[in-house]
Amino acid sequence: MKVLVPVKRVIDANIKVRVKSDQSGVELNNVKMAMNPFCEIAVEEAIRLKEAGAAEEIVLVTAGIRQSQETLRSGLAMGADRGILIETDEALEPLAVAKLLKAVVEREEPGLVLLGKQAIDGDNNQTGQMLAGLLNWSIGSFVSKLETGDGSISVVREVDGGLEKVRLKSPAIVTVDLRLNEPRYASLPNIMKAKKKPIDMFTPEDLGVGVAPRVTVLKVVEPPARDAGVKVSSAAELVEKLRQEAKVI
Amino acid sequence: MSVLVIAEHDNAEVRTATLNAVTAAGEIDTDVDLLVAGSGCGGVADECSSIQGVTRILLVDDPAYEHDLPENLSPLVQGLAERYSHVLAPASTFGKSLLPRVAARLDVQQISDISDIESSDTFVRPIYAGNALATVQSTDSVKLITIRTTAFDAAPTEGGDAAIEKIEAVPCPALAEFLGQELTPSERPELTSAGIVISGGRGMQSGENFAMLERIADKLGAAVGASRAAVDAGYVPNDYQVGQTGKVVAPNLYIAVGISGAIQHLAGMKDSKVIVAINKDEEAPIFQIADYGWVADLFTAIPELEAALDADP
Ligand SMILES: Cc1cc2nc3c(=O)[nH]c(=O)nc-3n(C[C@H](O)[C@H](O)[C@H](O)COP(=O)(O)OP(=O)(O)OC[C@H]3O[C@@H](n4cnc5c(N)ncnc54)[C@H](O)[C@@H]3O)c2cc1C
Ligand SMILES: Nc1ncnc2c1ncn2[C@@H]1O[C@H](COP(=O)(O)O)[C@@H](O)[C@H]1O
Repeated sequence: MKVLVPVKRVIDANIKVRVKSDQSGVELNNVKMAMNPFCEIAVEEAIRLKEAGAAEEIVLVTAGIRQSQETLRSGLAMGADRGILIETDEALEPLAVAKLLKAVVEREEPGLVLLGKQAIDGDNNQTGQMLAGLLNWSIGSFVSKLETGDGSISVVREVDGGLEKVRLKSPAIVTVDLRLNEPRYASLPNIMKAKKKPIDMFTPEDLGVGVAPRVTVLKVVEPPARDAGVKVSSAAELVEKLRQEAKVI
Repeated sequence: MSVLVIAEHDNAEVRTATLNAVTAAGEIDTDVDLLVAGSGCGGVADECSSIQGVTRILLVDDPAYEHDLPENLSPLVQGLAERYSHVLAPASTFGKSLLPRVAARLDVQQISDISDIESSDTFVRPIYAGNALATVQSTDSVKLITIRTTAFDAAPTEGGDAAIEKIEAVPCPALAEFLGQELTPSERPELTSAGIVISGGRGMQSGENFAMLERIADKLGAAVGASRAAVDAGYVPNDYQVGQTGKVVAPNLYIAVGISGAIQHLAGMKDSKVIVAINKDEEAPIFQIADYGWVADLFTAIPELEAALDADP
């Protein structure tokens, strides 16, 4: 089975993002970028499937600006086999990404597509579900456990009430949640090796996909700030304040 | 214009998240239909008919819809969507797994997790873990939207008088099979709609120690939540997680115990009305947003708090 893993380049999760003063978006210049943490979990899972003999090849794909190649390289250094960059300067929405991924799926014919459940920049949580819809494939979203079987994939999903187990007909889409695994760090030799792994380049036009946005961002602002309050030094004082001042208990 | 809300329920009762979505729908238009799709869910439709602000209930009762499988529900919702200007669902795991699939099939760019409605095509949504608020305008002819439930009050469950109309199921391909579920049993209020939430973090050190928080929760009628670190460590089940990638809560009172206050955690609770932080590290970032901060070791503070709650006011 071939596994396709779409990965996204985002602002590093440890960086405090800053809203631009002209309200056009958040500052991306000179900011540390990294692979979306959920995508790292997806790459790790693909590698584990390969190590367990359940997958033969791991193909990474990303859509974005030329620098997104770095994200592919870091996934290749973890252990993926090759990469695909769909290069565009357009700010991509999940629907556009899903259409691009559909075109790649039709070329590559993977048995499983593993995506992150959410990209931590736009917090959309849509792309995997949309890709499944476009392909009319089964989907396991928010997955914390995955087992491949004959013609099917069983997953445990993290849902609002607890856990849910579903069997998906292959080929399938899976979006991964935090507790599926803990991604490995790339070793130095693997980082060197990754430099020689192939990356194919396309544009959205090559794939025949229109990526013009459907949603206009009118403005991006900082949320109202919350001020630090007061310190209390005993339980009695805290309870008193909650009863008399805040009136919440 | 009219709005379709997809009801979230378990075939026995409607979930509160649905009521928040109904309120959001009412801010867009007064003509609001509610889709109740399930199996043996006639009682849910009856229950929903008294929700204020709902014009009509569309009831589909079919075994295919027993388990909320998006593969099965999506053709149904897709067929209905063309009659509406907006289709709304709560931004719960239910809404998040269903609505984008429908949107893609309709060639619509869904708008996720909105916290405010400016007009019928312009909405506000948090991005970057709530570090920024984006105002976005949709150009699609039908708008598919998930609702941040904490940003909209629950519609009253009394006083409405919606007509129930039965509709047919839509054939769907057998792509996925529901095998079972392990729901976290709880006698306490639902985390996302509770008036008070008490959450524990890595500082709790073990699952057993969460019993201390549960005792406080029971005194206050609160729900219990957790940070990702506490869930990852296995102290509590996954559905306790509050944050950017867990649940979003905004109770009247949020008590964070042994939680440092990482941005991803704040994303899920910083809209709470009053925030209390109990942490032994006075530098912990949680104190920067807490209305009442108590620098203390939780293992002495929590028993003291329990005793103080018992004492007469
Ligand atoms: C992609 C991504 C998504 C994430 N999503 C979420 C999310 O949804 N929700 C979430 O919560 N996190 C999330 N995180 C994780 C987040 O970054 C933090 O790692 C996490 O919130 C830390 O949990 P914590 O505060 O319990 O643990 P820590 O940061 O380890 O803090 C423990 C705190 O307990 C205090 N403490 C220890 N012992 C005691 C004691 N005896 N008495 C009093 N205080 C004590 C310490 O002083 C410390 O402040 C996410 C991270 C990533 C990268
Ligand atoms: N530009 C992109 N290129 C490749 N994959 C993407 C891109 N954007 C999103 N994805 C995938 O879709 C997942 C969910 O993203 P989102 O729907 O934006 O929250 C990510 O974790 C990636 O796996």
